[in-house]
Amino acid sequence: MESIKDKVAIVGMGCRKFGENWEQSSDDMIIEAVYEAYEDAGVGPNDIQAAWVGTIASGAAGVCLAEPLKLPRIPITRVENFCATGHEALRNAAFAVACGMYDVVLACGFEKLKDTGVGGLGVGRGLHPVLEGRRTGPGTFAFIATRYFYTYGLSREEGKRTIAQIAVKNHHNGSLHPKAHFQREVTLEQVMNAPIIAWPLGLFDCCGTTDGAAAAIITRADLAKKFRDDPIYLKGIGLAANQILPHFEPGFDWTGFEMNRSAARQAYEQAGIKDPRKEMSLAIVHDCFTITELIIYEDLGFSPKGRAKEDVDAGTFTLEGELPINTDGGLKSFGHPIGASGIRMTYEVYKQLQGKAGPRQIKDARLGLSHTLGGPPQVACIAVFGNSPG
Amino acid sequence: MPGITSYGAYIPLHRVERSEFRRAWGGFPIPGERVIANFDEDSITMAVESAIDCLRGIDPKTVDGLFFATTTSPYKERLGASIMAVALDMRRDALTMDISGSLRAGTTAIATALNTVKAGAAKSILVAAADCRIGAPSGDFEQALGDGGAALLLGGDQPIATIEGSYSISDDFSGVWRADGDVFVRSWEDRMVLDEGYSAVLPEAISGLMKDYNIKAGDFAKVVYDCPPDFRRHARVARSLGFDAAQVQDPMFMTVGITGAAMAPMMLVAALEEAKPGDKILLASYGNGADAFLLEVTEEINRVGERRGIKKHLASKRMIANYETYLRWRGLITLEAARRPEKSPTSISAVWRARKQILGLYGARCKSCGTPQYTSPALGGVPIRICVVCQAKDQFEDYRFADKRANIFSFTHDNLAASPDPPVTITVVDFEGGGRAVFDFTDRDPDKVEVGMPVEMTFRKLFFDRGIHNYYWKTRPIRC
Amino acid sequence: MAGIKSYGAYIPYHRLSRSEFAKAWGGIGLPGERAVASADEDSLTMAVEAAFDCTKGMDGAKLDGLFFATTTSPYKEKQCSTIIASVLDMDKEIRTGDFTTSLRSGTTALRAALDAVRAGPAKNIVVTAADCRIGFPYSTQEQSYGDGAASLLVGDSDIIAEVEDCYSVSDELTDVWRRDSDQFVREWEDRWVIMHGYSKNVSQAVSTIMKRNNLSAKDLAKAVIYGPDPRSHGGLMRRLGFDPQTQVQDTFFNAVGNTGSASALMMLVAALEEAKPGDRLIFSSYGDGADAFLLRVTEQIEKVRDRRGAKTHLASKAMLPSYGKYLVARNLVELPPAAGLRGMGSATVMWRTKNWVLSCHASKCRKCGLVTYPPQRVCYGCQSKDEFDEVNLSREQGKLFTYSLDNLAATGINPPVIQSVVEFEGGARFYCMMTDADPQAVEVNMPLEMTFRKIHEFANFHNYFWKCRPPREIPAEGGK
Repeated sequence: MESIKDKVAIVGMGCRKFGENWEQSSDDMIIEAVYEAYEDAGVGPNDIQAAWVGTIASGAAGVCLAEPLKLPRIPITRVENFCATGHEALRNAAFAVACGMYDVVLACGFEKLKDTGVGGLGVGRGLHPVLEGRRTGPGTFAFIATRYFYTYGLSREEGKRTIAQIAVKNHHNGSLHPKAHFQREVTLEQVMNAPIIAWPLGLFDCCGTTDGAAAAIITRADLAKKFRDDPIYLKGIGLAANQILPHFEPGFDWTGFEMNRSAARQAYEQAGIKDPRKEMSLAIVHDCFTITELIIYEDLGFSPKGRAKEDVDAGTFTLEGELPINTDGGLKSFGHPIGASGIRMTYEVYKQLQGKAGPRQIKDARLGLSHTLGGPPQVACIAVFGNSPG
Repeated sequence: MPGITSYGAYIPLHRVERSEFRRAWGGFPIPGERVIANFDEDSITMAVESAIDCLRGIDPKTVDGLFFATTTSPYKERLGASIMAVALDMRRDALTMDISGSLRAGTTAIATALNTVKAGAAKSILVAAADCRIGAPSGDFEQALGDGGAALLLGGDQPIATIEGSYSISDDFSGVWRADGDVFVRSWEDRMVLDEGYSAVLPEAISGLMKDYNIKAGDFAKVVYDCPPDFRRHARVARSLGFDAAQVQDPMFMTVGITGAAMAPMMLVAALEEAKPGDKILLASYGNGADAFLLEVTEEINRVGERRGIKKHLASKRMIANYETYLRWRGLITLEAARRPEKSPTSISAVWRARKQILGLYGARCKSCGTPQYTSPALGGVPIRICVVCQAKDQFEDYRFADKRANIFSFTHDNLAASPDPPVTITVVDFEGGGRAVFDFTDRDPDKVEVGMPVEMTFRKLFFDRGIHNYYWKTRPIRC
Repeated sequence: MAGIKSYGAYIPYHRLSRSEFAKAWGGIGLPGERAVASADEDSLTMAVEAAFDCTKGMDGAKLDGLFFATTTSPYKEKQCSTIIASVLDMDKEIRTGDFTTSLRSGTTALRAALDAVRAGPAKNIVVTAADCRIGFPYSTQEQSYGDGAASLLVGDSDIIAEVEDCYSVSDELTDVWRRDSDQFVREWEDRWVIMHGYSKNVSQAVSTIMKRNNLSAKDLAKAVIYGPDPRSHGGLMRRLGFDPQTQVQDTFFNAVGNTGSASALMMLVAALEEAKPGDRLIFSSYGDGADAFLLRVTEQIEKVRDRRGAKTHLASKAMLPSYGKYLVARNLVELPPAAGLRGMGSATVMWRTKNWVLSCHASKCRKCGLVTYPPQRVCYGCQSKDEFDEVNLSREQGKLFTYSLDNLAATGINPPVIQSVVEFEGGARFYCMMTDADPQAVEVNMPLEMTFRKIHEFANFHNYFWKCRPPREIPAEGGK
């Protein structure tokens, strides 16, 4: 099995401001994101040889990208893999370039969640009339919190306080990002006292429902410098799909996900990473709920199993900490337009590795990853990038 | 002196012989025929048609307001006039209101508009009245009612008929009514309704007007006033007030039916079509009281451009085959649901975002290459920002298709798509001046559709879904 | 000799003090309390519960038929007994029937089952009766009705009570009724109803059967006779000569309410709970006539003492805090729409998956022994393909592995939804909602049992599925 390491590079990226974009359709947002990426890479629509577009429910087929952009009859594929949908567009585009079929391709992710007339995501899922009749996102991830607190002997108060610190950190980072949906800081007390959505998770433990789009221009690593001086290189990408809905999974401990660990193993191995906590400069991870980020610390090898609380209390993952996580504010600040998120996360990795992250810029950024955890949850994707080959 | 500066009307294409009701139910037939709105028509679409007729040759952006009068608004809570204003391409700051609740709503809207103009708050106000009331199956109302609309532009500038005076009476009486949950018109015992309501109150208002303005019966060139379901009562009012049969404007009972709040305005349009400068006209309507107006026709009447009005719409008609078609079109029988996957719900946000494209039928013209283009909002791509021909980005100007004629490029009769009037005829059309688009084809005879056929745009209800009426444009054969 | 082999009952967990009705409406509340089915319960789910209780320890595949009696079927056209039989995991080749429209339908079904056993090959027929009738708000019926179910197993061996004789009278009178579209029970003037309906018919049936068996009142251990209200019931018992202290079976009016077609059967279950071998019982129901039965209890009665029956279900309860909660439970008020609730109704999918949706089957791997729900063709544990047996989880107890009190999921219903993952022996995890539980008392590792409930309605189907609940075995200790 060959590694993807240093075979492809990202030479341009765009991200539409995330938010309740009432006045914009999906098409508008796609145009904003893609034209920013065109400009960033110094290319135009006729330079794109193929494209991948990710959306879970806001468009169908490749034409949902071809139509707004009027891309002239090139190969375009729509991909979908739950919350890893944006990453899937990147992943498939990268493989197509790596195999030598194309030189310049476009990966775009978008989602229009605010055209439903309801505030949050829907209730009830699946393709069966009763099996998941009232399943919700918060209700599912709350299962983790209940079990994590129980397993590691955290009182309700201790548990709530631990995950609340993650919300405070991410909202602080988001306040420094002009494209975030929410750009206000929150206090620990606000988070702790917020209305309960699904016990133990309160309002600020949950990410927002948001519209957004993001795009990347990908080329062969050996062509990258023709486009710009500071491309970023793909070091490894891992994907794992779980074989059963966790809710019905015999023996599942509900304190972490094997698919996270599997995707991380794949990506680290390709990238040659031995000690992710020491080697990674930053990570943008799937904080759909604060409890999710807590267990991701452990699943991705940043904290020992059962001991993420100690790192949270020590400030390890803040902008100034040992390993800054979700420097752009994460899903907590950006919301989660599903198809867009994986590319939006990569947009932050890209800016940080280029040293262009403004007030959020961390020191000496060399290696960063983006991570999505999708579905009930049932799929995880991790992409590692670096700013120099080798 | 302010008054009426333009007029227009709308009568749906379809009629049914009243004998069809007797065929269905037995009992006593009323003579004549009545108008039936198509399944995709309602008060809003008929009011839009009337308003388009009234505004022929007039820039809708110059009109300062739109008052919609009806007793059959599709909504209890959502302004019809604001939907119509977008469809008519009026200004965003146009004054809009719905006037409802009474069969007098049409004349109430005229009086209100006149006051607005007199008060200096607006230079011109468009009043559009339409009604589509439903009588319970097998009852007299079912036969007597009809559907239609009329529109009058009111202003101070060169009126074709000045409004010299008015007189109103308010009189509470539950003669004819519908409660908030009612579909069908209810009525108290009919002789009392007529004796104490229509036949008493309407003449009282007319007499009051004549006395106030010192006018004798013989002074009127035409008298225009409402007609009740028992049409013989109409002539009796004329006799009691001393009007000669030749003075009385035909209430169109035999050809259209009782059109509710739109009736007096429709009859006035018919009178204006025949009026000469200097004519004095009486306009009166009845409903929980009565309104009466004195109008005087000016020289400007000769300058009104071409209108379809009452005359042409009346002549352009098609008989529907049977009573069952009427039941189906009015949604009075539950049909077996199409065995098709359920539609996903209408997104109000998405419709709102594309309101100019959906209700206003706006597309765009590329400033680089000049191509007019339109994308169905249902397919995304709204607004168009990148030219399909030359890929220029954001180089567009607005381009309205609603007032353009087109020719059929291709078509199909689709029996798979569910419809109260199968098959669904779908047309691909090329607009005169450029632009291609796909629309449902309404008011058509399936046997007479052909490539190259000229068509025009009409504002219709596409479907009703989970509490939302979805309006859009369709194509139809050039009506008249 | 055909007779009764087993019994079971079901009374919903929630009760409402009748004083709450007086608080809501003024006036005087009747004494006592009534049982209120939860929003996720209906006649079908209650009938399932009673049938489960009745067939405790039995293999569903050994049962030959199931008769369902109710006047409040969730469907006008779809056999509920078939659904119930599937939930009981019965075979396909069985007799099923829904007996409806009369308060006597419970005993009608019992007679039909006895006849079926006497007539031929059927040996074990479950009769299950349930009702969930709704009185008009602010009516006496609203207070006097209760919800509940009772079930009897009829057969020709291991009889716990022989049916020595039965007798029926049929009598047409419109005393209490609902038309096909009526939601609420209508009632004619009550004194006439009691005098010419209830007292007359029941007297005739009971007297006739006693006379032809040469019995006088003192020969009977218990008179188990339906009563619409305590006064009418007491009066009739006196006239028939039964001693109210020792011979008269309580109607549960004060603790449950009148449970319609389930009422007489529930009384019989309660009488059998206390009965001794050799006891003779007279048993009668009423509704458009009356059915009467003469029963003799056998030694076998001691073998079915472990049923929850009426006694345990009566003791296991929680009080509803208000009349408002009753309105919500019976769907009598419109709550904010369940915004964003996604779902589907599909006859095909429900049919294809009924082995696990209705029969609650999981798969047990023949290679590694792992149990998974829903059944998996490829084993999660060892990946062996199609190497599994189906096992039934519906009567197993599990424990709570993790949970959430979900307010978002509760959109349109009472918050919060208790989202639960239940772990069963063998490894199966069952994700479902918890019902009939105090959210504040939920904790990891608590014991749980499964209960069959209505999940929602989509696309005009009632969608039933399993929920978990704290076992009803243990009467609640102070609400915990």
